[in-house]
Amino acid sequence: MPMSVEREIAVDYLARVEGEGAMYLKLKGDEVLDLRFKIFEPPRFFEAFLRGRRFSEAPDITARICGICPIAYQTSACNAMESAGGVQLTGGLRALRRLIYCGEWVESHALHVYFLHAPDFLGYDNAIAMAADFPEQVQMGLRLKKIGNQIMSLIGGREIHPINIRVGGFYRVPTKKELETLVPDLEWALEAAVATTRWVSGLPFPEFERDYEFVALQHPDEYAIHEGRIVSNRGLDISVDEWGDHFEESHVSWSNALHARRKGGGAYHLGPMARYSLNFEKLTPMARKAAEEAGLGSRCNNPFRSIVVRAVEIAFACEEALRLIDGYTQPDAPSIEVEPRDVVGHGASEAPRGTLYHRYALDSGGLITEAHIVPPTSQNQLSIEDDLRAYVVGRTQLTDDQLQWQLEQAIRCYDPCISCATHFLDLTVERE
Amino acid sequence: MIGVGNPTRGDDAAGLEVARRVRRVEAHQEANGSYELMDVWEGADEVIVVDAARSGAPPGTVHRFDAHHEPLPSGILATSTHSVGVMETIEMARRLGRLPERIMVYGIEVSTLAPGVGLSDQVERAVKELVMEIDRA
Repeated sequence: MPMSVEREIAVDYLARVEGEGAMYLKLKGDEVLDLRFKIFEPPRFFEAFLRGRRFSEAPDITARICGICPIAYQTSACNAMESAGGVQLTGGLRALRRLIYCGEWVESHALHVYFLHAPDFLGYDNAIAMAADFPEQVQMGLRLKKIGNQIMSLIGGREIHPINIRVGGFYRVPTKKELETLVPDLEWALEAAVATTRWVSGLPFPEFERDYEFVALQHPDEYAIHEGRIVSNRGLDISVDEWGDHFEESHVSWSNALHARRKGGGAYHLGPMARYSLNFEKLTPMARKAAEEAGLGSRCNNPFRSIVVRAVEIAFACEEALRLIDGYTQPDAPSIEVEPRDVVGHGASEAPRGTLYHRYALDSGGLITEAHIVPPTSQNQLSIEDDLRAYVVGRTQLTDDQLQWQLEQAIRCYDPCISCATHFLDLTVERE
Repeated sequence: MIGVGNPTRGDDAAGLEVARRVRRVEAHQEANGSYELMDVWEGADEVIVVDAARSGAPPGTVHRFDAHHEPLPSGILATSTHSVGVMETIEMARRLGRLPERIMVYGIEVSTLAPGVGLSDQVERAVKELVMEIDRA
């Protein structure tokens, strides 16, 4: 292809992502003239219709933002309201909140690893096509996903948009015996996750690394999932209520999701690679061993290898779930009293795709006067665009079809949840 | 007998209604149409799945597929907002060797999927006729 030819690659509708998104790339020879990761999922107005609702309704309303990661929304909302009310869950209640979140990680990561991401590396258009040649792996993925769902159903009442989570705890708490019914499946799942890590670590990965600012929650005693401080590999270490002092959002014309950046800085990277690279030391033993055997090291800067990190996190979540069940003592009451009044509450947790931040202003009657929800995919948009721009360099000799296929893969590395972010994929490459 | 649908999205409940009303069956299941359907029909000799359809045909049209003997066409059955649909699940099951020997899939063309409980007149008629057809078989 002559160097001066302008080319345009447009993907109008990205496959194997949650929600509606597109990509547009304009090239002149080796030069990227324009690149946009577009989220066109329509605006959903959740923040607006939370206004005037009671603080206690936020977990159930925001759960509806996502059918894949409702626990993340419910947990961040509960954290915000509990922090506003000056209470903190302890003991069995805290264990259950972390345990149900482990279920969501297993379910969401198994879906992404086996059904959305693995087909990219093996050259299939979808998991159904892959299943004919890799039936054992697909069956393993199905069973892992189901076990994640079982945890969510047992504690949450059902797997999609669970109904048993409330500010201050739960409506009903399970007995230890009930939780113990999960143990045999979780023991199988831990082994399966270790096998998954081994399998995906052998996939063919492009040589591509970037020097990211990783941002994730961090906790002194555990691999952070449902609470912690917000930290980065470039010195950020803040409490959740300081989010607004360090991050900002802006609107761009080509996306219905707000772009987030570090104040006075640029893109940052959320999700499994960020958590892994920041909190490697806190991984459980089997997960850490699986990571070491997969050759990951203590950090990962190749977004394509995020599939390996997700597999490690499945192993972690299973191991952690087993630990939590083993140590569980049924709480005396299913919830604790929380009555936040005239206060602003901040909450964050690690959705499978990365840190999910909520802020609510409440009036003297406990009604929400302002809601602010910052999902991980909207925060990752800049990082995704930076990845795509960097990935094209040195690869402009590829045909439009090859380039499109590889760039779509680069986007899927983020497990983007466009439905959550809207407030996403179709690819267009234009060459000059 | 597996009915697939959302009871609070108008005609999307058509499959659920058929499953509730049919008498000639040993087990009823309601499902939201994800890969977990394979677990639901595990061990069954004969399976009937009824789902909502959105092919553009007139509301109340009933599509019939002998799924074990022919691949399900795409673009007929309703898709799931949370997961994969019946068509994808059946094609996945076929590749994994988890498709029952006898599996009939019915798709009832919808009129409305607007939030709310209750079927449109055309879909209600189609549900009644399909229930009689299945009970007579």
